[in-house]
Amino acid sequence: MKKKFLSALLCVAMAATTVLAGCGDSNNGGSSNGGSDGGSSASGDENTLTVWCWDPAFNIYAMEEAAKLYQKDHPEVTVNVVETPWDDVQTKLTTAATSGNYDTLPDIFLMQDNAFQKNVISYPDAFTDLTDSKIDFSQFAEGKTAYSVVDGKNYGVPFDNGAVIACYRTDILEQAGYTVDDFTDITWDEYIEKGKDILAKTGKPLLSCVSGESDVITMMLQSTGASLFDDEGNPDMVDNEALKKVMETYQELIQTGVMVEVNDWDQYVGTLTNSTVAGTINGCWIMGSIQTAEDQSGNWAITNMPKMEGVDGATNYSNNGGSSWAITSNCKNIELAEDFMASTFAGSVEFYETILPKSGALATYLPAGDSEAYAEPSEFFGGDAVFAKITDFAGKVPSNNTGVYYYEARDAVGTAITNIVNGADIDSELRTAQDTVEFAMQQ
Amino acid sequence: MSQSTKPKGKKMSLNKRQNLTGWAFLTPATIMIAVMSFLPMIQAFILSLQKGKGTDLTFTGLGNYIRMFQDSVFKQSIINTFVYLIIQVPIMLILALILASMLNNKNLRGKGLFRTAIFLPCATSLVSYAIIFRSLFAVDGFVNTILIKLGILNTGYNFLGHATSAKIIIIIALVWRWTGYNMVFYLSGLQNIEYSVYEAAKIDGANPMQTFFKITVPLLKPTILLTAIMSTNGTLQLFDESVNLTAGGPVNSTITMSHYIYNVSFKYVPNFGYAAAMSFLIFILVAVLAFIQMKVGDKRD
Repeated sequence: MKKKFLSALLCVAMAATTVLAGCGDSNNGGSSNGGSDGGSSASGDENTLTVWCWDPAFNIYAMEEAAKLYQKDHPEVTVNVVETPWDDVQTKLTTAATSGNYDTLPDIFLMQDNAFQKNVISYPDAFTDLTDSKIDFSQFAEGKTAYSVVDGKNYGVPFDNGAVIACYRTDILEQAGYTVDDFTDITWDEYIEKGKDILAKTGKPLLSCVSGESDVITMMLQSTGASLFDDEGNPDMVDNEALKKVMETYQELIQTGVMVEVNDWDQYVGTLTNSTVAGTINGCWIMGSIQTAEDQSGNWAITNMPKMEGVDGATNYSNNGGSSWAITSNCKNIELAEDFMASTFAGSVEFYETILPKSGALATYLPAGDSEAYAEPSEFFGGDAVFAKITDFAGKVPSNNTGVYYYEARDAVGTAITNIVNGADIDSELRTAQDTVEFAMQQ
Repeated sequence: MSQSTKPKGKKMSLNKRQNLTGWAFLTPATIMIAVMSFLPMIQAFILSLQKGKGTDLTFTGLGNYIRMFQDSVFKQSIINTFVYLIIQVPIMLILALILASMLNNKNLRGKGLFRTAIFLPCATSLVSYAIIFRSLFAVDGFVNTILIKLGILNTGYNFLGHATSAKIIIIIALVWRWTGYNMVFYLSGLQNIEYSVYEAAKIDGANPMQTFFKITVPLLKPTILLTAIMSTNGTLQLFDESVNLTAGGPVNSTITMSHYIYNVSFKYVPNFGYAAAMSFLIFILVAVLAFIQMKVGDKRD
């Protein structure tokens, strides 16, 4: 009996360690990577800046161009860019901060705007306060800078633009007797009316989105200047008139068939490239995915998004996604890092002119919008000067209070909208969503 | 006599020496298991008694364990996981057993080919097979196209967009992925059953059903127990399918416990104490279920 008990115990232990080891794994895995990969952490050299970012065609390219530009005046400085996917940046940051091992961090890294507040508040010791640095934050779009401001202090240098654009297939609009001008500066009510007409005439919906994801909702909400959180960071969903109106609009979009839901991102991009839908509304980075359908060149046009009627402060402009640069507390030469940022990403129109044609990296640095490079017409988008247009949109985006619990709130709202589309009551679903977020907050 | 007792004093007795050799072989593995498995387990338990965001942790006692039972998403994830467990594990094990006894037939041609074909899904990566299943069951995916062509459906059905069908897809995916794996255990178990036993049964006039239930199943009992414990353990830790096939949706109806633990640690504001507490609940569940299965399944001693 004793022997059997022992064997049972050992069997259980073996089985169970997989669970716990699995849990520990994600932490340990990250730290061992950071430790063994000496090149990825900030070097002791005063004149070397180590940078983490993730996209070779986009932000890595931009950072390397910035380095070249800076080296003209400061030949002694080297910038070492380490390609690190965003998920890895988050895991490595989490590991470094939870173990107190900050020396595994680089000097500068790029962070998703939606995660900025969460990370600064969770790991305040990992960041450098840039408020009193040389960087002039007033030169950036206010809605954009707000993502990286915590307690009135600036922790990030805004980089790429997530200004929302509405893209339309001009050839499909034409079949139904519309032009893109009919969709400029309109309201959602008009959008739905015209969408129904287009659906009837061409059989194509105007919009598609990923079900259970709250991107469309947060874009609509931010366009009214409202947020999922109030100024104190408490969830503000139950008596949020703007949010309620957004939910109703979303429901109507689905019920009228003007918007279709798909299950994942690949299918969403598929609806655009396979001509399943006649348009989309998303952050301007979606242009990269649209342009993969080369046969549709010249058939796309860009304009601003519809606005919410009957909500105070409603605009035709919003934001979705984007990222900002953060300087870590592990940076050996903060003065150099600040000067580097101030003379490239936050102070050089020439720099943005250099990176624009190849990467399409749109600046949130407002002076760059006046540059001639931004006025270049785009053949794919019907010869329109899309970059100048988007930079103009970006300057008009109302700011959004993401709060710390933004990912929780997005998921809760995603759950609510799925239930609402299936016929649940809006008020009670918003109540549940708020309860879910409040539950997450009271740890 | 004196000569034989003399070395006994200097050298160890044979028995003792063998014992010591045994321990010497055991020690490295024991130390490794202790450091790599038991130590983190204890640390995880201590962590589970703490609360706070990220690095800012304070002791809270059993607060996290109480919190778990107020968390509607976590409760939903427990229900989901047990639905998978109760439906998927029996289907998979029975199917594996039937396949194994069919493929154990000496007169079957092309045995090797069938065995390989059924085992092959195990060689695919968890993430890639989940993504392939996702595209198979998409609204304009392969399965819907076939159903429409056959005239069963008029328009594509959104399999992953409805709670019940999404759960069924996950179960189908799991059965596809893991049946062959369990079958291999049964096949190796069947090699240990003397063929003469089957011959004797044949002579006694037993039909194939009787042979299966009266000989194969009882003699395979230890293997069945092993696979049952492994499958239970694996299902309770289900992660990849939930993340990659359905992303937990729609409305958390397919999210698993491990997926939620991951969200709490890495997607949301990190709450490692709470995540560790939830991991510990899985640990306890695995322990209890494995113990019950040992009690029920093993009648030796």
